[in-house]
Amino acid sequence: MALIATESLTKTYRGGVTALADLTVVVEPGIVGLVGANGAGKSTLIKILLGLLPPTSGQVRVLGLDPTTQPDRVRARVGYMPEHEALPPDLSAAEFVTHLGRISGLPRTVARERASEALRHVGLYEERYRPVGGYSTGMKQRVKLAQALVHDPDLLLLDEPTNGLDPAGRDAMLALIHRIGTEFGISVLVCSHLLGEVERICHTLVAIDGGRLLRADRIDAMTSATDVLAVEVSEGTEELAARLAALRLPVRREGRLLLVELADDDTYDQILGAVAELDLPLHRLDQRRHRVAELFATREPSHV
Amino acid sequence: MSESTGVIHDIGYQRYTGPRLGRGPVFGALYLHGLRTVFGFGRSAKAKIFPWLVVGIVIVVAAVVAAVRSQIGQVVITYAQFADTMSWLIIFFVAVAAPELVSRDLRSGVLPLYFSRPLARSDYPLAKLLSLVTALWLLLGGPQLVMFLGAAFTLEEGPRGVWNELLDLLPGLLYAGLWAAVFGAIGLLVAALTGKRAFAAGGIVAVFLMTTPIVGILAILPSQTINELAFLASPMTMVNGVGTWALGDLLFERGEGLPIGGLGPLYAFAAVLLVAGCVVLLLARYRKVATR
Repeated sequence: MALIATESLTKTYRGGVTALADLTVVVEPGIVGLVGANGAGKSTLIKILLGLLPPTSGQVRVLGLDPTTQPDRVRARVGYMPEHEALPPDLSAAEFVTHLGRISGLPRTVARERASEALRHVGLYEERYRPVGGYSTGMKQRVKLAQALVHDPDLLLLDEPTNGLDPAGRDAMLALIHRIGTEFGISVLVCSHLLGEVERICHTLVAIDGGRLLRADRIDAMTSATDVLAVEVSEGTEELAARLAALRLPVRREGRLLLVELADDDTYDQILGAVAELDLPLHRLDQRRHRVAELFATREPSHV
Repeated sequence: MSESTGVIHDIGYQRYTGPRLGRGPVFGALYLHGLRTVFGFGRSAKAKIFPWLVVGIVIVVAAVVAAVRSQIGQVVITYAQFADTMSWLIIFFVAVAAPELVSRDLRSGVLPLYFSRPLARSDYPLAKLLSLVTALWLLLGGPQLVMFLGAAFTLEEGPRGVWNELLDLLPGLLYAGLWAAVFGAIGLLVAALTGKRAFAAGGIVAVFLMTTPIVGILAILPSQTINELAFLASPMTMVNGVGTWALGDLLFERGEGLPIGGLGPLYAFAAVLLVAGCVVLLLARYRKVATR
């Protein structure tokens, strides 16, 4: 069963602003990255998935349920971590997460147990009894994640979970999300405007821009075919290019570099052989893993 | 003994397969949380000062009234009059409690966490309203119970006297309920409009304060109908008007009630309309807030 499926999903706000335009996408369970610039429609999509906003037209299914007609059943199985500050400063994390667990329908004692478990999983221990107002940004983000986890959802919707964190905090948060998605058996949709960040932990990537789908695919499908070798020689670049072309290797020029698609390990040998035969000074030869960003780089930016 | 090796095992993440409660218990959890919030439970010591100061005042007043009555045998304040006497204290209590219940959540951005859960949109404001009304009713009704107990143990008329006291107490408690509903509904609606607690508190006091002079002006206009309708202009005098009509001499000495003529039922109707109107506006407000 698909985790999330939309069909021609369109959302137009009053005043004529189109947030989502004819979005059709199907994602399978796992860690899903939803990337797009600010204003691309990520938050609107999340609100529609939660049944908080009705779509203008089109179909949407979350965990096989329709959030427009069964919002309660969807929300019971989904955990949501909002982008913005969302914690009352005067309550302790333990008390607050317990309370929200009860709002999700957990019995009192279960809510308390699961709250401290959830807080432990995100890495908050004794500090959970202190008021949230005194927490660092990183700790607050963890509490927000814990409250999304407390009722044991089947799907987590995380809106910019690394917002406001320093590099170390970002790495820790991404590692945590990766653990939730792989070890806990919970599917995760991570929203981010930073492609380089989500591509490290995602199985599937959905890119939207201006409310339209750019691309949705499994991340290995996106990157595996695009590994290339970068070859740089101090002189004789033209000769080498001609020689490699004669060896039926697909070669591209990029400045002083020659880019050769990496088919298998023989490619290395062929290139080294060619360089040796021509007696050229080899500057460097390294494998370049295409960043997913390059897959979108050719698109014109739709707005500035 | 051999079992306890002192090693903590990380048993990893546990899925939850137990029961998930429905709308009723969830509403109850939110309601109780609100009631605790009003009295500062589960919050800092600072948050407990004001509510418990007010609780202290009303209980002491009730105890003194009961003591005076047992000593000199005269009723200083009837049960129903107690609510009227305490009305300004209650207004300040509402001005502190209502922003605590709703403005704080608006401000801190907590609401998306509520509305992304299987909680009906209307349940959040209704549970908060019920918490506030309950708190106010306890504040006005609890001391009446103290007065009743004081009277019941000192009366010399036996069971019949206690029964008569009870018949006086019950209308007093109902009247306290009316106060609680009117004050709670208005206070929560005003507080739900802003995330700034100071603004909310000021707004609530202003609603009650500013409407009182209007009553004064309308009451001296040269028209008997307008004079009799004048007390509708302020929530406090409106409730007084309902009391005059429904409770009569339990609330006022004969002939001393508000001069509302035969318009008593209209006052009762207006009070119901006011509360219903506030609830409708409150629900509309949260329908809008929930989609943000």
